[in-house]
Amino acid sequence: MSNKSRGLLLAGVGGQGVILAGMIVADALVRAGHDVKQSEVHGMAQRGGSVFSHIRWGSSVDSPLVPLGSADVLAAFEWAEALRWVEYVREGGAVVADLRRIVPPGACTDRRSWSTLYPGIDTDLLSSRTLKSRLVDASSTAAELGNIRAANSVILGSVAAFMDIEHNHWEAAIEHLVPRGTEEVNLAAFRAGCDVAEASVQRRPPDPVGFPGPHQIDIRHDWCKGCDICSRVCPEYCLEVDIDGALAIVDAESCTGCRLCEMLCPDFAIAISPPRDTASLKEPVSLTGEQL
Amino acid sequence: MSIDTTADVAADPKDESEIRSGVLLSGNEAVARGAVEAGVLVAAGYPGTPSTEILESIADRDDIDVRWSPNEKVALDVALGASLGGVRALVTMKHVGLNVASDTFMTTAYTGVGAGLVIVTADDPGMHSSQNEQDSRAFARMAGVPLLEPADSSEARDFTALAFAISEEFDTPVLIRTTTRVSHNRGLVDLGPRTEHPVTGFTSNPTKYVMIPGFARQRRPEMLKRLELLSDYVEASPLTVESGGNTGIGVVTSGIAHHYVREVLPDTRILKLGMSYPIPTERIRSFAESVDRLFVVEELDPHLEHDLMAAGITVEGKAFFPQVGELSPDAVRRGFVAAGILPPVPTVEPAPPTVTRPPLMCPGCPHTPPFLALRRLGAVVTGDIGCYTLAALEPLSSMDTCVAMGSSIGMAVGMAASGGAGGPVVATIGDSTFLHGGIQGLIDAVYSQADITVLILDNGTVAMTGGQEHPGTGITLQGAETTPVDLVALCAALGVRDVKVIDPYDLAATFSALEGATTSPGPSVVITNRPCVEAPTKVRDRPYEVLAEACTACQACMTAGCPSIVWSDETFEGRRKVVIDPVTCTGCTLCAQICPPLAIIPIPDPVPEVPEHV
Repeated sequence: MSNKSRGLLLAGVGGQGVILAGMIVADALVRAGHDVKQSEVHGMAQRGGSVFSHIRWGSSVDSPLVPLGSADVLAAFEWAEALRWVEYVREGGAVVADLRRIVPPGACTDRRSWSTLYPGIDTDLLSSRTLKSRLVDASSTAAELGNIRAANSVILGSVAAFMDIEHNHWEAAIEHLVPRGTEEVNLAAFRAGCDVAEASVQRRPPDPVGFPGPHQIDIRHDWCKGCDICSRVCPEYCLEVDIDGALAIVDAESCTGCRLCEMLCPDFAIAISPPRDTASLKEPVSLTGEQL
Repeated sequence: MSIDTTADVAADPKDESEIRSGVLLSGNEAVARGAVEAGVLVAAGYPGTPSTEILESIADRDDIDVRWSPNEKVALDVALGASLGGVRALVTMKHVGLNVASDTFMTTAYTGVGAGLVIVTADDPGMHSSQNEQDSRAFARMAGVPLLEPADSSEARDFTALAFAISEEFDTPVLIRTTTRVSHNRGLVDLGPRTEHPVTGFTSNPTKYVMIPGFARQRRPEMLKRLELLSDYVEASPLTVESGGNTGIGVVTSGIAHHYVREVLPDTRILKLGMSYPIPTERIRSFAESVDRLFVVEELDPHLEHDLMAAGITVEGKAFFPQVGELSPDAVRRGFVAAGILPPVPTVEPAPPTVTRPPLMCPGCPHTPPFLALRRLGAVVTGDIGCYTLAALEPLSSMDTCVAMGSSIGMAVGMAASGGAGGPVVATIGDSTFLHGGIQGLIDAVYSQADITVLILDNGTVAMTGGQEHPGTGITLQGAETTPVDLVALCAALGVRDVKVIDPYDLAATFSALEGATTSPGPSVVITNRPCVEAPTKVRDRPYEVLAEACTACQACMTAGCPSIVWSDETFEGRRKVVIDPVTCTGCTLCAQICPPLAIIPIPDPVPEVPEHV
């Protein structure tokens, strides 16, 4: 019956090869005699975004999408992606997660907290759920085999333990779909993944958060000739020269104290000083579990 | 379904000698396969997610003329012309492409066709990669054209082949609507042989093909008569499938929604419509009479629901199922819970909070430096459709509008005419988008001598959809060399006196060119000349690195938003220093040009070897 279809979710970051890995799994499932549907989203999501592939199989599959809380296996190629998709895993299901940490560049923008808000590496986040988890260091395993980009095949090897597909189907699918010339390293990576040791988890706390408060910008207007150098160099867009050539502070709250304006001003017309209100000078603090 | 487990599952679908069952194809590949088997000879389109791969998957066939047109209207014109010439013709586009093609589309319903003409439009519910989520089914009704909705890859192949037969039998174009989850879902397909349909030739028939008012008045009743015939056809058609047991409720559905309904209500009676315009009203009426409660589950707008209500059939639908976004098994389940059909869903422990990964322009993207300059210049930027719309987001934050293909230039003309812009007005548009729908806007800028600058971001490809060819590239979809459109000569020919070509990797030159253009009166054009770094060719130079001891953590480089640069764990005066990922850095030099303490340098020899992609 259709609702007996099983589900696998592959998740990672654009460029990690999630889509190819999904095609390999689907191919192996077809070789094993299953009806298969595989769904993913192309386009914007691929530009450094979160990339995922839903795979469902059984005697006759209806929805190509895995319903929430029903995946048999989640294979995450990156730690934060494992956390993002874990709610799709059913009770008693399995998570295979690479401990690799890819901090998104888009998260390196909060220059008040200086925090990426990247979650800490803490297996309690997974093990509090009733599921089987297997944490691997696929990149290191692949690097030992001579090609770090075969990490996907290491993960597929670990996934194989939770799926009922004979190994010859897996290997035929890998040989068939990986780029020519990389078959051997990928097969070796797959086999290594099948009996890869559980990675020892180096706990890592979440990024610290701290905001010392904005620095103070002082302008000697009688020395400023409105040359525009400071406003064009300010990374925080704090300064602007108006149409009459007068320099103005348009955003006093965002100054991080980099002092580029002060250093580049040919007229010594700008001075930057640390926050005068010392009460706002705080030590960076770590996020609590709840803030995670 | 029989499944051949020994089959080479990714067999080349163009090889019709491989007539096999159980081949894994995406919905897009399956549409193309259906057209191939139906003997299509001309296939035209314009790239657009999620439709792009339809034409790409058959581009290497030498027995079919497969081509990108400058826009969807031209593509439909080409396909209609081919159809009148007597060959089966396919035209593909995304949902918003049908807006562009709609002028021709509306009147094809009057002219009818020569040989079979099938139009595929791929809707994007949920707007994964689109500016709106309009429901293309409305176009079928508006034009009076039959509409087929495949639910998976297998149907995508079957329905496409059938659509050509319907087109010829009823002398009408046929619209096929897929959605993202049909186009980009792989499923098993049984392959059949290609049936050849040789050229039948053009027969001049002005009363049918010359739509002057006198002739068009004769054709509109023909179109309405045809719809009646199609209504009779669909009542008895195997396109309508009933399944399920004897439960008290019944569900009318179509497309991917059908699979979601079966997923959550596997035993319920379902009437699945393969043709959803016109609908089999009487068949639905008798289905409705046999159930206690009738539901309609459809993605996006309540088309079927309104049709059934108009026919006097009591039905429930959008009261329980969302009109916004994609449906999913979960959304359909919630709807049936709300309707009291299913018990409440057990709550799933929510995922722990994690980082978001907003899309970004690629490392080395040649679009980045001009937007960095435009932000500093305080320009009001009317944007367009393409990768560069990401410049609207932090940290570039330098795009103010993005509406439709080619809209940037006309909107800039209007913004300048308003006198209320509050800064220099700059239209930014990609090369393919300019050729698609931007040229007329530039003509207006010249005609009205608008005080605007048009920045043509010429990266030599349709980057957003994966790097397709276009008329400016000098290469066709099938790999032939052709005459490229010369953008500089084109702009000059339209009457733009101030046309400059710049190297966007030269930040200072980019800044001064844009500063000059935005302060000169009348229309000016600035064209960038660096190729996309990802497609069709990967552009890679020596990667750069940050000298940690020299980095003052000023964040100047971070204003470019390059994905290769992230914070390191080291700090300077409490600020985070940065590091460059040598694997993704393309060596474009932009960050090195920005860095005030000159802390960013090329990686010295030997450059670490970047492994081949696996």
